[in-house]
Amino acid sequence: MTTKRIIPCLDIAEGRTVKGVNFKELRDAGDPVELAKYYSDSGADELVFLDISASQEKRKTLRSLVKQVAKAINIPFTVGGGISAVEDVKALLDSGADKVSINSSAVRNPELINELSSTFGRQCITVAIDAKQKLNQWEVYLMGGNKAAGLELFDWAREVEKRGAGEILFTSMDHDGTKIGFANEALARLSSQVNIPIIASGGAGNISHFLDAFTLGKADAALAASVFHFKEIEIADLKRAMKERGIAVRL
Amino acid sequence: MAGAGKKEVLILDYGTGNIQSLSYAFSRRGYTTVLSNNFDQIQAAERIIFPGVGAAKMAMQKLKENGLDLIIPGLTQPVLGICLGMQLMCRSSEEGDTTGLGIFDVDVRKFNCGVKVPCVGWNQLTEVKTSLFEGVHKQDYVYLIHSYYAPACEETIALTCYGTPYSAGLRKKNFFGVQFHPEKSGPVGEQILDNFLKLPTNDITS
Repeated sequence: MTTKRIIPCLDIAEGRTVKGVNFKELRDAGDPVELAKYYSDSGADELVFLDISASQEKRKTLRSLVKQVAKAINIPFTVGGGISAVEDVKALLDSGADKVSINSSAVRNPELINELSSTFGRQCITVAIDAKQKLNQWEVYLMGGNKAAGLELFDWAREVEKRGAGEILFTSMDHDGTKIGFANEALARLSSQVNIPIIASGGAGNISHFLDAFTLGKADAALAASVFHFKEIEIADLKRAMKERGIAVRL
Repeated sequence: MAGAGKKEVLILDYGTGNIQSLSYAFSRRGYTTVLSNNFDQIQAAERIIFPGVGAAKMAMQKLKENGLDLIIPGLTQPVLGICLGMQLMCRSSEEGDTTGLGIFDVDVRKFNCGVKVPCVGWNQLTEVKTSLFEGVHKQDYVYLIHSYYAPACEETIALTCYGTPYSAGLRKKNFFGVQFHPEKSGPVGEQILDNFLKLPTNDITS
């Protein structure tokens, strides 16, 4: 069987990593390419680059960044942020990205998922879903969490699968940034309701949170940012712990 | 053969994007890549990569539009099909009921054994043989992303398992195919690309 994947996420704005990272191994911790190389060498299974630039104008550097990353690393990576058309995806894949992640644009125009999937193959289309729980209901949000989409998480997840998504990247906004662990119950429910891989995001604080996401949450992959960027967790330690727990892992 | 010693790999161009990572992987090994659908150039190339992403039916159609379906089976230099490229070298694919090039004597099927589809991620090779896998060991990990697979057959040179055991690698004479992405499979993948670059450019057709 395929192993459970560990995925560091790098937030990018105007071609630079955003969250402060404190790596003495790196000459320039703001350089996404150096950071990507570092994670790839440390045993990360994949990388996600999320462009959070304020405008399309400022996002223009993304394509050349993707080229530099593809030149430097030999593991797969996903690029997300501001993608709303077939041409955006073509430009990123042609530059060397392996997959793209779409979020708000899929909510606004669900047909985009079908279009991207039939043009490029479902394997390179990840749909990211941000949701928070309200009175036993998981509500989907867009615009980076500012606006309710009027969709229920599990309905939306089934719909994106049907429309051709290859993977779902699920972020619990209730857990994101809290370091209390992933939303395992919702993750497990997602996994039972759709038959495409689920990437867990939001809430990683320690190694056992990851183990829980894989066992209780039945996630196929887990994504995190700050615990890796601030070296609170070393990927090698995390993977050793996964192995000890009997979780399939690439070591 | 023309162009000997050029340190160049030809990537078949039939309009199925995303070959950038492959060409970067070869440039890290000191090789240049040329993307081409020109018959003369293809015939003269020392080594050929047959890439492929997307859907089988559309890809096969594009091969035919370029006339590549007619010349690929007759090539005599080392050819490496990757992912969908490997699948198109098989007899047929269940994906869109596509007739393949028939180089490998096996029919590609859809995963249908209670596993998530697409299969995405790193998996272990459970069997490896031939010079393409020299220095690669059983239980080494490779990166795969696909919904259809070639079952184990006589031409299988590497196996992996996802619900069912299947071919991670195939070989017939000078034709090699891998289901995984060597350009995305870390050091193991690079070893396999190096092995491909070391294959003799003639005399492996017997």
